[in-house]
Amino acid sequence: MDFFRSIGISEPVFQFMLVNALLGLSVYLTLITGMFSLANAGFMAIGAFTGAILTQTFGLPLIVGLIGGMIAGGLVAIPVGLPVLRLRDIYLAIATIGFGEIVRIALLNVDQVASSIVGERVVITGGALGIKQIPKMAETWHLLLLLALAVYFIWRLQKSRFGRAMAAVRQDERAAANMGINVVYVKNIVFIFSAMLAAAAGVMSAHLTRIISPTDFGFNQAVDILAFAVLGGTSTAFGPIVGAFLLTALPEVLRFTNEYRGIINGAILLLVIIYLPGGLVNPEGWRRTWRRFRPAQGEASVNVG
Amino acid sequence: MNLTQQIVNAIWLGSVYSLFALGYALVFSVLGVLNLAHSAVFTWGAFIALTAVLSFSMPIPIAALIGMLGAGIISFLLEKIAFQPLRKRGAPRISQLISSIGAAIFLVALAERVFTTSVQRFPLGSIPDDPIPGLPFSVTPIQVIVLVAAIGLMLLLQALIQRTKLGMRMRAVAYNARTASLLGVNVSRIYGITFFLAGALAGAAGTLFGLAYNSMDPSMGEAIALKGLTVIVLGGLGNIKGAVLGGFIVAAIEVFSIAFLRSNFRDAIVYLLLFLILLVRPQGLIGQKEEVRA
Repeated sequence: MDFFRSIGISEPVFQFMLVNALLGLSVYLTLITGMFSLANAGFMAIGAFTGAILTQTFGLPLIVGLIGGMIAGGLVAIPVGLPVLRLRDIYLAIATIGFGEIVRIALLNVDQVASSIVGERVVITGGALGIKQIPKMAETWHLLLLLALAVYFIWRLQKSRFGRAMAAVRQDERAAANMGINVVYVKNIVFIFSAMLAAAAGVMSAHLTRIISPTDFGFNQAVDILAFAVLGGTSTAFGPIVGAFLLTALPEVLRFTNEYRGIINGAILLLVIIYLPGGLVNPEGWRRTWRRFRPAQGEASVNVG
Repeated sequence: MNLTQQIVNAIWLGSVYSLFALGYALVFSVLGVLNLAHSAVFTWGAFIALTAVLSFSMPIPIAALIGMLGAGIISFLLEKIAFQPLRKRGAPRISQLISSIGAAIFLVALAERVFTTSVQRFPLGSIPDDPIPGLPFSVTPIQVIVLVAAIGLMLLLQALIQRTKLGMRMRAVAYNARTASLLGVNVSRIYGITFFLAGALAGAAGTLFGLAYNSMDPSMGEAIALKGLTVIVLGGLGNIKGAVLGGFIVAAIEVFSIAFLRSNFRDAIVYLLLFLILLVRPQGLIGQKEEVRA
C-alpha cells in the first residue's frame, strides 16, 4: 500500500478507480451488444439520488440504498429502452444524450414541481444544490466485492446462451433475427443490466463523495464513462476496467493539475480511437502489431481477404 | 408579455441557432458523420474574434472575419487529424463520433488554458446595444446586425452550394463519394473545404452569439452543442434547409416556454422534442426516409 500511496494512489483514489471500473463495465455491456449508448451518466444519477435519499432521509443501511438505486435504474431503463433501442448508431447516440439531459433537468426541478403540487416547500433532490452530507458508508471492500460480483456476472453472462445472442446481435442484427434471436428482447435486457450497473456505481459514488448535484452527471460524465471503454477496449471485460483504472489514476500519478486534465483526456481519446482502435487490452490487436514488426518469421505474410 | 416581442426574440435567436446548425448539417450531408467538436470550433471562433478586438484593437467587423477564418482553419485541421485517418481505415461512423468528442474535449480544455476560464466581454460601448427608439417592441441594433449577418451567410452558403462548380462537387460527393471520385472530383479536398466552410459558419455563429450576449467563456459551446443536435435532428440530419427551419423552431420553443412556463423547463421541452422526433420521425420534419431503425 505504501508504494501506491507514494505514487499518488491514496485510498480515496483507489475507491474511485473501483467505482469507475463499474461504470466502464456498464458501458461495456451495451457496446458488446452493438449499442452505442451515452445514457449511463443518467442512470448513474438516478442511482446516486435514489440511494442517497434512502440512506440519508430514511436512515436505511447502504445495502438497501444500493438495491433501491439499482431497481430505480432498471425501472427507468424499461420505458426508455423500448422505444429508443430501435434506433441505430448515431441516432441512438443522440437519443441517449437527450435522455441524459432530461434526467439532469428533471432532478433539478423535481422539488419545485412537487412543492407547487403539495402547496408547501418540499425537498427531495435539493434542486441545483443537490444532496449534502450523505453518510460516508461505502468502504473499499464493498467496492471490491461489487466489482468482483459484476465481473463474475458478466463472465457468466457472456458464456451463456444469452451472451451468444448478444454477440450475434452485435455482429449482424438481421442475421441474428433470422436465427431466431429476439433482438428487441436481448437489447432491452442488456440495456436494463447496464442501467442497473451504472446505478449501482452511482449509489456507491454518492456514499464516497457525500455530496451530489444533478450537474455532476451531465454530458461530460457520460463521455468520461465512454472513455474508459474506448481506452481499455471491449475485447474483454478487463478492457474497461483497465481503462477506468488508468484514466482515474493517471492524473494522480503524473500529478498534473486539473487544468491539463481536459487536454490530456481529450488527446488520449483521440489518439486511442485513431491509432489503437481495439483499445489497450486487445490481445488479437497486439499480436497483429507484433507480427507486423517481426516480418522475419514469414508465416504472417499470407493475407486472407 | 407581449407577443410581438417574443416573436422578435425568437427570430434573432433562431438565426444564430440556424447558422450554428448549418455547419453540423453541412458536414453530415457531405461526409455522413456527426462532428461533436463543432461547438468547440464555435467557441474558438468567438474567442479569436475577441482577441483580435482586445489585443490588436481591430474593428469588430474585421475581427469577426478573422474569427471566421480562424475557426475555419481549426475545423479544417480537425478533419485532417480526427476524421481522415478513421475514414481511410474504413472505421465505423461511431468511431468518428468518438474521435470528434475527444477533439471537442481537447479544444475546449485548450481554450481554457489559452483564454482562461473567466467570463470575458467586448469593450463597453463598442457594441450598439441601446434599444432602437420608436418601435412597438424592444430590439437593439446589434440584434438586427446579428440577424442580417446570419441570414446573409445562409443565403451565401445556399448560393455556393447551388450555383458554383465547388457546390456541385460538394453535392456530388454527398450523393456518392466513390462515383464523384471516379468522375475526377478530389474527394479529400472537398472534405477539407466542407469542414472549412462549416467551421467558418460556426465561428461566425460564435462571434455573433458573443456580440449579442456580450458574455463569453470557454464553456459557452456546451449548451449550443446539444441544442444544435436538436436543431439538426428536427430538420433531418444532413438536411441544410431543415437545419435552418429547425433553428427557428427550437428558438421559438425556447422563447415561448420561457414566456409562458417556468424558465427551467425551457431545456426540458427542447430535449423532449429531440426525443420525440427521433422516435416518431427520425428522418426529420422535412427529410426523406432513410433507414435508421432496426
